[in-house]
Amino acid sequence: MKWIGAALLGGSLLLPPFLAGDFYINLASQIMIAAVFALSLNLLVGFGGMTSLGHASYLGVAAYFSALLTSRYGLGHGAAALISISGTVAMAAFFGVIALRATGLGFLMITLALSQVLWGLAYRMSNVTNGDNGITGLTRPAPFGISLDSPVAFYWFVLIVAAVAFLLMAVFVSSAFGSSLRGVRDQPRRMAALGFNPWLIRWITFIYAGFWGAVAGLLYVYYHKYIHPSSLSTTSSAEALLGVIAGGSGTLGGPAVGAALVLLLKNYASAYVERWNMLLGLVFLFIVLVMPAGIVPGFTRLMAALRGEAR
Amino acid sequence: MSPEHALEVVNLKKAFGGLIVTQDVSLKVRPGERRLIIGPNGAGKTTLFNQISGDLRPNSGMIRLFGADVTHSPPYRRAHGGLSRTYQIITLFAGDTLEHNVSLGLLGLRPSRWQMWRPMSFYRDLASEARRTLDEVGLLHLADHPISDIAYGEKRRVELAVALAQRPRVLLLDEPLAGLSNTERSTVKSLIASISRETTVIMIEHDMDTALDLAETVTLLNYGRVIVDGERDTVIADERTREVYLGT
Repeated sequence: MKWIGAALLGGSLLLPPFLAGDFYINLASQIMIAAVFALSLNLLVGFGGMTSLGHASYLGVAAYFSALLTSRYGLGHGAAALISISGTVAMAAFFGVIALRATGLGFLMITLALSQVLWGLAYRMSNVTNGDNGITGLTRPAPFGISLDSPVAFYWFVLIVAAVAFLLMAVFVSSAFGSSLRGVRDQPRRMAALGFNPWLIRWITFIYAGFWGAVAGLLYVYYHKYIHPSSLSTTSSAEALLGVIAGGSGTLGGPAVGAALVLLLKNYASAYVERWNMLLGLVFLFIVLVMPAGIVPGFTRLMAALRGEAR
Repeated sequence: MSPEHALEVVNLKKAFGGLIVTQDVSLKVRPGERRLIIGPNGAGKTTLFNQISGDLRPNSGMIRLFGADVTHSPPYRRAHGGLSRTYQIITLFAGDTLEHNVSLGLLGLRPSRWQMWRPMSFYRDLASEARRTLDEVGLLHLADHPISDIAYGEKRRVELAVALAQRPRVLLLDEPLAGLSNTERSTVKSLIASISRETTVIMIEHDMDTALDLAETVTLLNYGRVIVDGERDTVIADERTREVYLGT
């Protein structure tokens, strides 16, 4: 039942290019990018119990790296992507050492502070980042000579990357290491007494989450062909965190659903409702009150209850 | 090389601010020994365990596990050195099955805990070993139930199973009988009695009737100090034991 649902959902992702217009195809691409980003954050929040409020750092830094390398230093997209991702992963390794000195609220504050530093740099180092004007005139890569400039071509590209990302993150959390990670989330002391190294498990996960955050960042900058310091802002981190919690942290599908919800409210509802932030707040409040575990666990439970009654 | 002592604690001291909870504690436990640690509430028994297992760092003193200095080793390194423990307050993975709980204990000592693309279920021997241990503690029939489903007394036995599955060389049991019914008590008692002599057992327990049968040697702690230490009958007969513990 669960698998049929997942297969249907996965299959429906193949449809937009044949059914929808450019606006909706672009919207779907953006949703998938946001989903990859939320899923990477979910590795920390849901599976690792590390609530980060600075995950935009990885998205933003990878995006800036790519933007600068391709526009200013004239690098090809392949080399730029490689450097962007490795640079961001190295940064995640370093940030992880700092942030993982604490857990819980302390961890959250450190990730917030670190991301604020980067955001400030992006604003102030205008000779490098072009400050508040952002970097414009960027291009999309053309893998194997296929141009990604049309919405449909880009949609397929994002779909492939997102599917691989989803699969690899699913494998990661289902692995023996993933079991260790969940153990460390629930009972760190016990896990240490059983022979696990909680710090190292958290650090590796932190870096892995940074890696997928960087991948999301590349997709983000390819899509917009523009990058602005706001991509590094706390709002950007918080929106992803909101998506993770609304969709259901610690589940595989939840953060994707949550990210879709946030993005739809932001990009679609905002056309009709001026105060879309208020709407987002109300929706979030509704979710927290009615389905505290998130949309996906909430619906799973609802379905189970309905089936139980039908019998 | 076979060291003379499984566990050696030398002049251990621990204070929380001005409160001294462990004061010059020294212990020597031979391999295979059954040691009971007794003392009134607040005597520093669990704090001593926490220092032996590495959850707490002592202010001074030394802890040796089979001759190796582990005073500054993190808990997981001590676990790999053959130390295992249970907790007074149940510390299990509530949402997971009994089998998963015990399997985690096994996984902790294996290199496959770093395996990032194969699930735990790939390692069949983990599950079969876990089920075997659950059978030993009489809980095989509940192996597929989540911890949150089972009764308190059963949880205590899972605590024990998680530690036993690791086949520790030194096992620290922190009040394994606490809160159990009489029937459960005798089950757990025979369980502890059946632990192989390869394992050194050090136990904190208040239930003297049961615990004394299991012990060969007894250490009496009070206000963070060792008051009496020695063979069971000598310690029980000692006047200071009566004074501190038996309250006459």
